[in-house]
Amino acid sequence: MIDFTLTENDEARLAHLYAQGEYIRQFVRDADENEAELPPEVLPGAEDFLKTLERPPAPGPEDTQGPAMMTLSAIAQYWGDYSLRLHREGGGGLGNAALSAAGTDEQKAKWGGLLLSMAITEPGCGSDPSRVETTAVLDEDTDEWVINGEKIFVTTGIRAEGVVLWATIDKSAGRAGIKSFLVEKGTPGFEVPGKEKKLGIRCDDTAAYVFRDCRIPRENLLGLDESIPKQSSGGFRGVMKTFNMTRPMTAAMGLGPAKAALDFTREQLEEAGVDLAYGGGTAQQSAAAQAFMRLEAIYEASELATLRATWLAGTGQPNNMESSVCKAHAGSAVRAITQGCVDILGPMGISREHLLEKWMRDCRITDIYEGTGEIQRLIMARGLLDYTRQDLK
Amino acid sequence: MISFGLTEEQELIRDTLKEFASEAMRPIARDCDENGEIPQDFLDTIWELGLTSTQIPSEYGGGGEERSTVTNAIVLEELGYGDVALALAATAPNAFVNAILDHGTEDQKKALLPLFTTDEFHTASLAVLEHGPLADPAQPSTKAEPKGDDFVLSGRKSWVVLGDRASHFLVVARNNGGIDAFIVPADADGLTVGEPEKNVGLRGLTTVTLDLERVEVGPEARLGGSDGCDVRAILDNARGANSAILVGACRGILEFCVPYTKERIAFDEPISKKQSIAFRMAEMHMETEAMRWMTWKTASHAGQGHPQTTRQAHLTKQYVAEKSVWIADNGIQIFGGHGFIREYPVEMWFRNVRTLSVLEAMAGL
Ligand SMILES: Cc1cc2nc3c(=O)[nH]c(=O)nc-3n(C[C@H](O)[C@H](O)[C@H](O)COP(=O)(O)OP(=O)(O)OC[C@H]3O[C@@H](n4cnc5c(N)ncnc54)[C@H](O)[C@@H]3O)c2cc1C
Repeated sequence: MIDFTLTENDEARLAHLYAQGEYIRQFVRDADENEAELPPEVLPGAEDFLKTLERPPAPGPEDTQGPAMMTLSAIAQYWGDYSLRLHREGGGGLGNAALSAAGTDEQKAKWGGLLLSMAITEPGCGSDPSRVETTAVLDEDTDEWVINGEKIFVTTGIRAEGVVLWATIDKSAGRAGIKSFLVEKGTPGFEVPGKEKKLGIRCDDTAAYVFRDCRIPRENLLGLDESIPKQSSGGFRGVMKTFNMTRPMTAAMGLGPAKAALDFTREQLEEAGVDLAYGGGTAQQSAAAQAFMRLEAIYEASELATLRATWLAGTGQPNNMESSVCKAHAGSAVRAITQGCVDILGPMGISREHLLEKWMRDCRITDIYEGTGEIQRLIMARGLLDYTRQDLK
Repeated sequence: MISFGLTEEQELIRDTLKEFASEAMRPIARDCDENGEIPQDFLDTIWELGLTSTQIPSEYGGGGEERSTVTNAIVLEELGYGDVALALAATAPNAFVNAILDHGTEDQKKALLPLFTTDEFHTASLAVLEHGPLADPAQPSTKAEPKGDDFVLSGRKSWVVLGDRASHFLVVARNNGGIDAFIVPADADGLTVGEPEKNVGLRGLTTVTLDLERVEVGPEARLGGSDGCDVRAILDNARGANSAILVGACRGILEFCVPYTKERIAFDEPISKKQSIAFRMAEMHMETEAMRWMTWKTASHAGQGHPQTTRQAHLTKQYVAEKSVWIADNGIQIFGGHGFIREYPVEMWFRNVRTLSVLEAMAGL
């Protein structure tokens, strides 16, 4: 049954996350300004602080669960900060999602416990991964794959204990020749030159990877399927499937700082005596109130589109279109919201004394990774028009 | 618990209404617009569907079916998909009936609800909007002055849906600093129902201006009795309903654009293969979806009396008004010159969406 009410327990579980976010805020500015350092695995005082919080009860059958709750939780968590955490959780990297989607049971058992990054992007290609140039060549004598190539912009690239990477086993086969491989850190020939310097999400360790004659066992090919299907995207599609949760989660992550920006701006407006008169017409509202409510509406729309995509996933229904809908929507929304809040607050918005400017920088990534806004529009348009990727590109 | 799941019953209702919209509304929409009227036949057919009477409790002679604001939002989306003007005509009685159901005293329900349970189309209208550049539905200039136990209503209301055939009006007026709604019979002394208004869109739908010159009504006319009622809740509900209709209209516009763009050739290929067209349609789809979920949330909150209902309805109205106009406007652009010509429906859809998006209190959930 259609319902948008959070249960008391839902609220309590989210409040627990928002409280942690409040605590984290005191460390955020320093971490942002000291980009070169990796933030600590556990923030100072985290243990004691956590003890002061009441543990929320486990969810019952009436409560919001699964992917929809993950969405709301991600918003709450990223509301505190995009990349700082009280505790760095292990697992849960993008590569882990790929492993669970494409790996065999044995592979999942073997590597599931590692924090895995995902490396698709290369200096020469991002949006169009069919142009991947990193190669994997089978050495029949040793039963090993030999990897050569360069990957960039790898999220959690420094901390990751292994990587799921895309490489081609047959360039002439195009997309069908691209397979995913698991490479553990420490494998000879696998180098990590360093951490990128970025506009935002600076605590995130975004890294470049270099592979020079890097040898991995034959069974490190995810899914173990070495065949090259004709006229199909084969293994490629297997990996693409993982995006049906990661796209909505990327949307939710961006909505966190957007919500933070709205909350901050609302507080400031109220303090300044601006009346947000819901229920009336727009003509008699102040310009600031109007502008603010418009941003709030955009936020609402985005959050709901994201919940809808994840609710579908949670009920086992296809959500390819909806994942792009929410990712594209949130990508535009968080830009409009945080930049709009800066406009409303004026000079306060750009001051590094406050976090608003940082939220604006942080959530700018939402419309870029996991497929840019343009790529999401491509996916949606193909869906609407019943077009293949050849028909519209 | 967050859920977007339709019940089987809701799916059935949606499918039935969708068919109705395609078969009974689309074919007559253009004529209604050109002739400036809605055929009685259509109103009779709608009445037979029982959109209004079935949800009136049986003690007042209705069908006694449970009323779900969310189901009603789903129904209105389908009607809006058929035609906005016809959808508003179909749901006009509901806006009034719902206000009575939600806020009326027992006596008010007994007196008014049975009117809507007979075999013939019957309507009464909300009279909320007023003329003027700073019109605000929540701050009417129409006023109610107490006179003993009675009230004297003075002011002017505009865009009163089907006001030419309404038996009663629910007049929203300022009363001692607060706002109240008053049930005024169409034949009340001092009340003048004006000529049909001339609007850019919804031309088939008659809207009128009401002049209230010291119209005296008794205490029983005040909706909710001596305590009055929360008029804002009526506006919230109507905002959800308006939005639902606009969602349906926008869905229809996009659905009409897609096949056209695949066939229309320019510079050696279908225009659908140009990103500027394809991406715009992707955004039209994206916004229609977002609008729908906002509408559902408003409907769900309104049905539950959720404390955030007014805020939710406000944000939804604001978002849907902006995006629906953007979608309808792009509907024309995608058809180029043909979008400007009245042979195609996109210009009419633009006018209709443009019109409803600035109006309030036209429909009910
Ligand atoms: C902080 C950060 C973290 C990242 N993490 C990861 C990671 O963990 N793993 C990983 O593999 N990658 C990661 N990426 C890479 C990211 O996914 C890519 O940057 C992104 O997909 C865009 O690719 P690109 O940068 O090569 O841009 P390009 O593909 O060069 O695109 C440039 C512009 O062209 C547009 N464009 C491209 N193709 C089309 C088209 N067909 N139609 C219309 N417009 C088009 C794009 O939308 C964009 O606006 C990360 C990037 C950043 C910045």
